Amino acid sequence: MTDTETLPETAAHRSGGTAARPSVPARPRGRRSRASAGSARMAALLVSPTLLVLAIVVLYPTLMALRESLYGPKGLDPRTGFIRTTEPFVGLRNYADIFGPAGDRFWNAFWNTTFFTVVTVGLETLIGVGMALIMHRAFRGRALVRAGILVPWAVPTAISALLWRWIFNSDGIANALIGRQILWTTEGFHAKVAVVVAEVWKTAPFIGLLVLAGLQVIPKEVYEAARIDGASALRQFWHITLPLVKPALLVAVLFRCLDALRMFDLPYILVGAQKNSVETLSMLAQNEASNVRFGPASAYSVLLFLYVLLIALAFVRLLGADLVGDGGPRGRAGRRRLVVARPAEVTA
Amino acid sequence: MKTRTTRALQCSATLVAAGLLLTACGSSGGSGSGTQAGSTSFEGRGPITYAAGKDSSGVVQKVIDRWNAQHPKEKVTFIQLPTDADSQRQQMIQNAETKSDAYTVLSLDVVWTSEFAAHQWIDRLPEQQFPLQKMLKPVVETARYRGGLYAAPASSDGGLLYYRTDLLKKAGVSRPPTTWSQMTADCAKVEKLPEAKGMSCYAGQFQKYEGLTVNFAEAVNSAGGVVTDASGRPDVDTPAARKGLDFLAGSFKDGTIPKEAITYQEEDGRQAFQAGKLVFLRNWPYMYSLAGKSKVAGKYAVAPLPGLNGPGSSSLGGHNLALSSFAKNKATALDFMKFFSSEASASTFLKDASLAPPYTDLYDNASLVQQYPYLPDLKQSILRAVPRPRVVQYGDVTSAIQQQVYAALTGAKSSAQALKDLQSDLRKSTAQ
Repeated sequence: MTDTETLPETAAHRSGGTAARPSVPARPRGRRSRASAGSARMAALLVSPTLLVLAIVVLYPTLMALRESLYGPKGLDPRTGFIRTTEPFVGLRNYADIFGPAGDRFWNAFWNTTFFTVVTVGLETLIGVGMALIMHRAFRGRALVRAGILVPWAVPTAISALLWRWIFNSDGIANALIGRQILWTTEGFHAKVAVVVAEVWKTAPFIGLLVLAGLQVIPKEVYEAARIDGASALRQFWHITLPLVKPALLVAVLFRCLDALRMFDLPYILVGAQKNSVETLSMLAQNEASNVRFGPASAYSVLLFLYVLLIALAFVRLLGADLVGDGGPRGRAGRRRLVVARPAEVTA
Repeated sequence: MKTRTTRALQCSATLVAAGLLLTACGSSGGSGSGTQAGSTSFEGRGPITYAAGKDSSGVVQKVIDRWNAQHPKEKVTFIQLPTDADSQRQQMIQNAETKSDAYTVLSLDVVWTSEFAAHQWIDRLPEQQFPLQKMLKPVVETARYRGGLYAAPASSDGGLLYYRTDLLKKAGVSRPPTTWSQMTADCAKVEKLPEAKGMSCYAGQFQKYEGLTVNFAEAVNSAGGVVTDASGRPDVDTPAARKGLDFLAGSFKDGTIPKEAITYQEEDGRQAFQAGKLVFLRNWPYMYSLAGKSKVAGKYAVAPLPGLNGPGSSSLGGHNLALSSFAKNKATALDFMKFFSSEASASTFLKDASLAPPYTDLYDNASLVQQYPYLPDLKQSILRAVPRPRVVQYGDVTSAIQQQVYAALTGAKSSAQALKDLQSDLRKSTAQ
């Protein structure tokens, strides 16, 4: 077959229309009914250790935190001067408090968390894709460039936060470069900027790495065909690279979002604890826990958990990020299209 | 679709699980029977542990080795906690909340005593067994909660005013300033000198962290005010306290304190002073020997902190030894605490790690004074010192102070408004 015949076919798959359906290895209907009861039992048996471990490390702590979030802090007995030994049950008051005047700090932390997530992940995606495209190009010294780009990702967050604290010091390199003195680690929008810069520096390579992996499975023939058809570089990027790399990109962006939502160590070390401009939900929960108020701390953790869960679900449902990689039968997962593209390559 | 949703759920759950696990574990000891209060019997002999922050000088292990050589059946194991105070406190609290006997003797920062005592995480100690009358009075006060002794003073610390002797001399000033107005007047004279070009007058620790609480409390106390009164109630919305805060806020405004000092912690200030950017600096004694190796070597000296109308008062630093309520072998622990806080040990700590001793005698020892010329000034500083608020919810108190004082120093609020808000915040956090 010639390349010219491949292109329309892939184009059809890309459109995601019904034309793509026939080439999907069709799953047999009523598979479950045909599967014997014995193999189902076997499957349950094989999965049970995993479920047990998950129950211990995920379910139990989550339930404990939920329970704890219904209790208030232990009070001081003014008569003896000692803290009471039991925590009072307060029901949902820890949650209700965030709607009262005491909720200011929560909402500030909530908006900071959201701001950091949206801004850093947005920038990281742009820069990460750029990095991946550079790393993907064949040129001399490519290995060196790849290694160089990945170095920030290899540095532990706490260490990179210290590093950036020196850069953003009052006599630091950042001020020397811009030629005026900005006190980055004080309260204000500039503190947010410092965190965003440090975070993007550290984690854009992660997106770059995953996108690079995605780029490398795109068959060269697709590009050759596009070239023969006279598609410009921009058009090739927009209509071939981006759709085909989308599954990998979405997984990378989802992971970054979840990571950014529970950001803690970078603002904590770079700017400092209890700075309103950069306090995130994790920092707020940690602060409450460190003041021996485990109830409110758990409540904040649970709310953060729900927020993270919501974002993850939104990704899976709306954008079709295929987190687990098995692509369900009715799923709109982009990954499926990649799977489709490969048989096309083989038949070509 | 269903399986994928559940798996996505599990994946995201794993990510937050780590954080929740910590919280859940910390709280599991929440309900339980109360521990004995005040009637501790110090029984049991055998191996124990000593939990303290990382020991960079190696002197702690040296003193413990001395004990272990004398008591082969009651060995002490040194558990090194992280360097920073917050994580030390957190680990000790976690240990106490799970009622673990892993830590026997705890090295507590002086401001934690009330919190640990009120939660009954540490035992009340028999007073007559420690030579408290030989110690500086303000230091002993930091080890008390509601009149009872809950810790043994091990080391102390007081703020000192570092100043440039060479520049003051050249400007015709013979003695270090004792009041704020003298300090600014001296500074004005120094700044006329050609070699003082580009120098700022004064700095302390003004970043939004514990150091800010220390510096604020010093300013208020040095102006005759208090943060909390004798019975622990906040009383910070007063004219005296306002004069203290006005000194700091006003100095930022008129440039007496350089504006980058709002980001200074101890080390930043030390570096600025050593680089010759400051005429006066408030810092702890630890900096004395370090500055001797810098380019200001031989050009500086220390004095007690200045105040509004005369010498000011410092906040107290330092560490006390406390006995974990959940520990075993408490008889050994008590003996070890006596040994570790003895005058002989304190003298070793002074010589090997330049830790300020709690004992009065050591400050007057001629050979020690020759080696550590700052000792007489430090003694004055500690004797005039006021402990930071001794309250159970110290964490809330210090963050309220940091929040309001920081706003006043950055000009976001007026001093009067900041103190008014601080008073109501403090009332809330000490009301429980």
